[in-house]
Amino acid sequence: MDNLRKEWLLNALLALALFAVPLWAWMANEPFIITLATRIAILAIAGVGLNIALGLGGMVSFGHALYLGIGGYVAGIAAHHAFSGTTVLGLPGTNQMLPIWAMAMALSGLIAGIVGALSLRTSGIFFIMITLAFAQMGFFFTLSWPAYGGEDGLPIFVRNQFPGLNTARPWELFLIAYGVLLASLGVFAMLRAARFGAALMAIRQNPDRAAAIGISPFGVKLVAFVLSGMITGLAGAMMADLTRFVSPAMMAWTMSGELIVIIILGGVGRLFGPVAGAAILVGFEVFFGGVSEHWKLWLGLVLLAVVLFARGGLIGLIAGRAQNV
Amino acid sequence: MSDPVLDLRGLSKSFGALKATDDVSLTLQPGEIHALIGPNGAGKSTLMGLVAGKIAPDAGHVRLDGTEITTLSVAQRARAGLARSFQVSSLIPDYSALRNVMLALQARQGHSYRFLRPVNRDTALREGARAALARVGLGPRASVEAAMLSHGERRLLEIAVALAMAPKCFLLDEPMAGLGSEGTARLVTFLNALKHEAPILLIEHDMDAVFKLADRISVLVYGRIIATGAPADIRANQQVRAAYLGEEAAT
Repeated sequence: MDNLRKEWLLNALLALALFAVPLWAWMANEPFIITLATRIAILAIAGVGLNIALGLGGMVSFGHALYLGIGGYVAGIAAHHAFSGTTVLGLPGTNQMLPIWAMAMALSGLIAGIVGALSLRTSGIFFIMITLAFAQMGFFFTLSWPAYGGEDGLPIFVRNQFPGLNTARPWELFLIAYGVLLASLGVFAMLRAARFGAALMAIRQNPDRAAAIGISPFGVKLVAFVLSGMITGLAGAMMADLTRFVSPAMMAWTMSGELIVIIILGGVGRLFGPVAGAAILVGFEVFFGGVSEHWKLWLGLVLLAVVLFARGGLIGLIAGRAQNV
Repeated sequence: MSDPVLDLRGLSKSFGALKATDDVSLTLQPGEIHALIGPNGAGKSTLMGLVAGKIAPDAGHVRLDGTEITTLSVAQRARAGLARSFQVSSLIPDYSALRNVMLALQARQGHSYRFLRPVNRDTALREGARAALARVGLGPRASVEAAMLSHGERRLLEIAVALAMAPKCFLLDEPMAGLGSEGTARLVTFLNALKHEAPILLIEHDMDAVFKLADRISVLVYGRIIATGAPADIRANQQVRAAYLGEEAAT
């Protein structure tokens, strides 16, 4: 079997497993497992966002928690005002997920545009540090923002609503997250296959060559960075609704690191890399977190092994090198 | 004389105290191959960088087809019709030969911000790329990744990419390097025909090839052009012999 078919089979298996396990849990009345699967799906959406910048474009953003946090705060603030019946900047709050998602994506995209325009003039370690610096600015800003909880964070008393579904039920919330995950994977696959993806991946491999044939690296990378931030921002809004809580911790640099870890574990630039990576991360947290509080040590060892012996992550280990032909 | 396709006027570039390019003026006429030769360290690469837009000049102008392009970026110059090949093969390593050429076609059309349609189903792009590959004899290797091609094949792929850009002029930086005598002979024939599509500014170390191919030769020494002329004149030029060919004559 060639590698391309292996990868599609593995992708189908992952998609199926992520649906079948919570389906079983729903029938067996195990809400905790459904919530875990929802968490995997939402982290995977955030990872899909980062995978556009990091995987396709080679932009190692160490500040993607910023967009996760922006999405989270949009959801939290909208719900806060809807709950208290007050307005924010003259706008009423809302407890509807769809307008919240639109707002989260718009704001994340705007901020990613500013951060990208400034940081994409650099590369390598400087790019990593500048993206980190911007995320830290967001972190300390929310930390010192008493109107929305400051360091205590902001609770969402009643989970935001989705038309036709009851979001208070774990299974129905999972269905929403799963649907959005599939949609974001579809967007990723479409971008990768299109002319835009061809240009972006070429720039990652050889920016001088891309420029020499007439493709300006800066513009293509900036658009990719904005799209990347938007999808991660969407995941942030969903994450806030899952935990019904948003706090500065969502913007902490450790969260940015976790997103990178997800991509590396699953497979950089691979369509289902973030799904595999998020499943591994949450799996570790649950299985080893129960055994020892030092579970991150074991995760670190696995990460080390992946970086040293399986650069393509889980997907690469099973399905071989990425095919661009 | 007709209007030059590429017109360099008074280009200068210093790195600290080093004058890498010192008041260089040269033209590239339609249908000609203008070779740039000079000993190592003469500033050929810097001059190439100035023309391609990688390096900004301290003074001077670059005009392409009568249009000022001195302040344009590398990508803008490429879209304006300047196709360069690199001294060390510089391709997209993970892309097949076909996709390397398709990318150049896509860039030429200026449509890289297309997000929906899969590029692999773009038959116009594929056919155009196949045609360019066939011209350099790489047709059978279309689906091989650039990283897996032999050195000689990569040099040919560089040419195919430049062809796909349908440029106003070619900048070829040592296209013969490492090709071997048979490959060089074939490329000489190819370039001799290519110059009628668009003139070629050629940097080349292989002196046999240069004197066989070039319509005019400029000799660069310490960043200055010390002579420009037909191959026979350059061969006879005493200053050139002293500065440059003398080394070769001795060996």
